[in-house]
Amino acid sequence: MAIVAAAPKGRSLWSDAIKRLRGEKIAVITFVIILLYLLLALLCALGVAFPNYAVINNASPYLPPNSEHWFGTDIFGRDVLARAAHGTITSLIVGFFGAALAVVIGTTLGAIAGYFGSRIDDLIVWFYTTIDTIPYILLVVAFSFVVGPGLSTLCVAIGLTGWVSHCRLVRSEFMKHRERDYVQGAKALGAGHARRIFIHILPNVFHLVLINFSLGFVGAVKAEVILSYLGLGVKPGTPSWGMMISDAKLELARGAWWGLAGATVLMFFLVLAFTLFNDALRDALDPKLKGR
Amino acid sequence: MLKFLARRLLYMIPILFGVTLITFLLFNVAGGDPAATAAGRYATPEQIDAIRNEMGLNKPLFFQYLDLVKQIFTLDFGTSWSSKQPISMLIKNGIGPSISVTGPAFLLSLLITIPLALLLAHKRNTLFDKAMMVSCLAMISLSSVVYVLAGQYIFSYMLGWFPISGWDPSLTGRWHYAVLPILIIVSLSLGSYVLFFRTIFLEEIYQDYVRTARSKGLGNAKILLKHVLRNALVPIITLVVMQIPFLIVGSLLIESFFGIPGLGGLIFTAIQEADFPVIKAMTLIGAVLYMIFQLISDLLYAVVDPKIRLG
Repeated sequence: MAIVAAAPKGRSLWSDAIKRLRGEKIAVITFVIILLYLLLALLCALGVAFPNYAVINNASPYLPPNSEHWFGTDIFGRDVLARAAHGTITSLIVGFFGAALAVVIGTTLGAIAGYFGSRIDDLIVWFYTTIDTIPYILLVVAFSFVVGPGLSTLCVAIGLTGWVSHCRLVRSEFMKHRERDYVQGAKALGAGHARRIFIHILPNVFHLVLINFSLGFVGAVKAEVILSYLGLGVKPGTPSWGMMISDAKLELARGAWWGLAGATVLMFFLVLAFTLFNDALRDALDPKLKGR
Repeated sequence: MLKFLARRLLYMIPILFGVTLITFLLFNVAGGDPAATAAGRYATPEQIDAIRNEMGLNKPLFFQYLDLVKQIFTLDFGTSWSSKQPISMLIKNGIGPSISVTGPAFLLSLLITIPLALLLAHKRNTLFDKAMMVSCLAMISLSSVVYVLAGQYIFSYMLGWFPISGWDPSLTGRWHYAVLPILIIVSLSLGSYVLFFRTIFLEEIYQDYVRTARSKGLGNAKILLKHVLRNALVPIITLVVMQIPFLIVGSLLIESFFGIPGLGGLIFTAIQEADFPVIKAMTLIGAVLYMIFQLISDLLYAVVDPKIRLG
């Protein structure tokens, strides 16, 4: 009787990574904070939390923080905390779609360039070197001028300019992987290009996608503030941290610091949580870095 | 070396082509009718047509593109729409003030962060290292706009230590206005620089040559300064050289907040007033500076690191 030993069920890279992440206190805490922001944005969008964010009260402009308005009121007597809370929606949208677009472009172009090599690689390398050479902020500005400012322009402008470094990484990984035995084996079994790219190689470089998405998210949230200051932010009236921070220039001249404080505090904890989570994510997905 | 230089210069041609093509597509093809924008809201069709002729917009697109390429080599970018002054003059006048602020700020940042990062890499995973890392991450979690706003509010408005804004073109008088902007730039770049350098030093500290140095009995100071720092020079030099274009172009935020008449302020005003020729000129100049300093940093590689062969 032939005994076939049952092979022990291997743990995948992903279950390993999640296990490592669950063991890291910082990763768990920051992930919960990010979820709380998501919940806040959802409740604001549904009109459950801070429904008073647009209520104008001309009788009480620039009220300092008090028991009713924890972060005071702005020039129109609107509650600063409510506006900052609603600003979460804008930032999460810009962060998510800006980073997602950048990652999709970077992964696609990087995969094609690294996998196929030769002419098409030259073309893509030329393209991203060109984009990289043009000053980032001016590229975004020029794009915003052409399309006209607004929330979707912000997302697209950030996405279209932010994919270069990710593309470089994906390209070099694909160059390494395409020669490896498992890919050559798949080829010998008759797997076509698409199958080799998406089914075989992509899962092996997908950790880069996650890490760079998380990095890009933070970058996009910060970029929203700078672009708002340059006058290329969301429509006036839409609550956003960038608009609140750039409005603070006039408010500070009147001694009203709470508008700046409200937006800054909310933004600070989201960005910090994301940055710390990103570090933990990188350690979990790239065991080589462990202990450094 | 010469062969490498020639190849690198040749490689710049397609990149320059790409940069000019994208700039051209954004500003000349997709950006609406520049002549109508320049003429203003109340211009008659004849006036707009006259301006169009003057701007060379009646030429075929290919010749318009050649005009744009010519601008880079002649450094003649035409006149600004808002101030009506030649752009090359505006740019020449802006470089000085920009560098007076960004130059000292950059040097000061390096002087503070490199030793600190070296120390952190040496004391890695201690409580001190972890506390500093968290502070750095906290510092980079604040928007740079917040640094500028808060810095100006606290030190100029409330404490009155520095002027709120302004500039003195004389070489000695300008520092009175430059100190606070310099300090703000240093504080807002501190966090990211420390994190960057610490990563670089850590990469070196785990190498075999450090273990060898330690086992032959070298002291910590000698290992860190003579071995680790020296081997980390390549990425540091790259950073420094690649930062120079940004030092020349200056800081948009800082210059607009403090009324510094540099290139950053020039770009900021141009964006506010949709002054396309100025934005276009600064885009091209920024790109060309970036290319030039990329080349310089590639050449310096060879000087610092004998392992890298050119050719």
